[in-house]
Amino acid sequence: MIEIIDLTKNYGLVTGVKNLNFTVEKGEILGFLGPNGAGKSTTMNIITGFIPSTSGTVKVCGYDILDEPREVKKRIGYMPEQPPLYFDMVVKDYLDFVCDLKLVDKRKKKSQISDIMELVKITHVKDRLIKNLSKGYKQRVGLAQALVGNPEVIILDEPTVGLDPKQIIEMRKLIKALGKDHTVILSSHILPEVSAVCDRVVIINQGEIAAVDTPENLSKGFGKSSKFTIRIAGPQKSVFNLLKQVYGIRYVDVHASNEKDICDYIIETEKDIDVRRPVFFELAKVGYPILELKSLDMSLEDIFLRIVTNEKEVE
Amino acid sequence: MLAVFKREVRAYFYSPIAYVLIGFYILLCSIFFLPNLYGGRADFNSNLSSMGFLLLFIVPILTMRIYAEDRKNGTEVLLMTTPVRLTGVVLGKYFAVLFVFLVMTAITLIYPIILAIFGNPPVSQIVGGYVGFILLGATFISIGVFASSLTENQIIAAVVAFVMLLVMWLMDAISSMLSGLLSKALSWFSLLARYSEFNLGILNISPIVYYLSFTAVFIFLTVRVIEKRRWSQG
Repeated sequence: MIEIIDLTKNYGLVTGVKNLNFTVEKGEILGFLGPNGAGKSTTMNIITGFIPSTSGTVKVCGYDILDEPREVKKRIGYMPEQPPLYFDMVVKDYLDFVCDLKLVDKRKKKSQISDIMELVKITHVKDRLIKNLSKGYKQRVGLAQALVGNPEVIILDEPTVGLDPKQIIEMRKLIKALGKDHTVILSSHILPEVSAVCDRVVIINQGEIAAVDTPENLSKGFGKSSKFTIRIAGPQKSVFNLLKQVYGIRYVDVHASNEKDICDYIIETEKDIDVRRPVFFELAKVGYPILELKSLDMSLEDIFLRIVTNEKEVE
Repeated sequence: MLAVFKREVRAYFYSPIAYVLIGFYILLCSIFFLPNLYGGRADFNSNLSSMGFLLLFIVPILTMRIYAEDRKNGTEVLLMTTPVRLTGVVLGKYFAVLFVFLVMTAITLIYPIILAIFGNPPVSQIVGGYVGFILLGATFISIGVFASSLTENQIIAAVVAFVMLLVMWLMDAISSMLSGLLSKALSWFSLLARYSEFNLGILNISPIVYYLSFTAVFIFLTVRVIEKRRWSQG
């Protein structure tokens, strides 16, 4: 659906992105993850044909963005970081205008606009000036604009930025729903968002791809160790020392809880060593009961930080 | 192109810009018209040349927002990532400003009509003057649109447009200060000399072609400037 081959963009001497290679399959939701300034927006601007690349190829549905920009632009809906809204227009006139720009058939225009407004829930503000809408509604109008013309590919640059938690959840639901019959690329620097919504994640740092995988595989495969959290009743100091002595445990962290003499311990173990049984027997010997034991997958957050900091160390 | 045109025309008339500018313009034109009323003068072409002079100030304010605002608000992205051609966008915007200008000009027709009711104005001369006036305005607007595409700051766009128009206006004066080939070349470019020709009631084909091609060149330059900026910095 989307092929990106050796994509490079330089701004004068500054490198925006360097040798990006990835593909997006039809019907996939791809997360584009990276710290601010990593090159997410640059890549999206290139895919949508807003700015040309320095070198490399971008193909959308088989059309090259430089050779056949109009064919590509017909198939893409784009919501940039700052939604491209005309503040002096009312919502429905604005969407009507976007329909005209996207060459939507005149007869289908009306029904399409009302469908989209239903979908992103802006029907009740359709007669209001865009400048008077709240941030959340502006964002939704921005999304509505990207959906006009029913494009095969939808590209969203930081779609949840500036929304309140409830709106963020709604926006994620909406994106998930869109993923059913569209190919979606979304960028974010918020990790839980990406793991909640995306089928696959591209982590980008300083203009280069650091990792590409599904969120699950990333959390499983990337960790060099596994993590558990255990709640144990017993004096903190002795439990701590005891845990440290168990073979295979690399690291113990204590989180005090509200109850007296009960603490949560987060332990990190060497990979492929199961410490659960030894820990149980050791604690049973001294009579400190385990109240809770559960394994923690490495969160994307940990992986992300690890990737980003590792790269810095190499430099 | 039609979509952009419609949107821009609406933007002018849904906001106070068009009304304030047109009102202000008509007020000044009416002041110029007072001598005609009190002096019982049927000649309208001297009014037309002062009205042309007023365009120096009106056009930059009218055109300053036309592209700069899109860049500032980020709506340029929308125009650039839809299948509409850039030339279509620029033409749509140009014709929208031209439309506002024509509305403004249509209102000024009231003066010759008053003259016709109470006197015997030289009709063909006035018609010729108006043709020249509209062509002059159309050319000024193309310069204004071009200036607006250079920057995302509307004030700078207005100032640049004003300076460019002023240079065009003073071209005759500048060329008379110089001598030789340079003077000849500059005076050939003069927009004003041709305008006064119209005001004498001479309807010649060559100044019409000149104004139209001048406009076409600036529209072309506008498209190039926008295109080039995308390629150079993104």
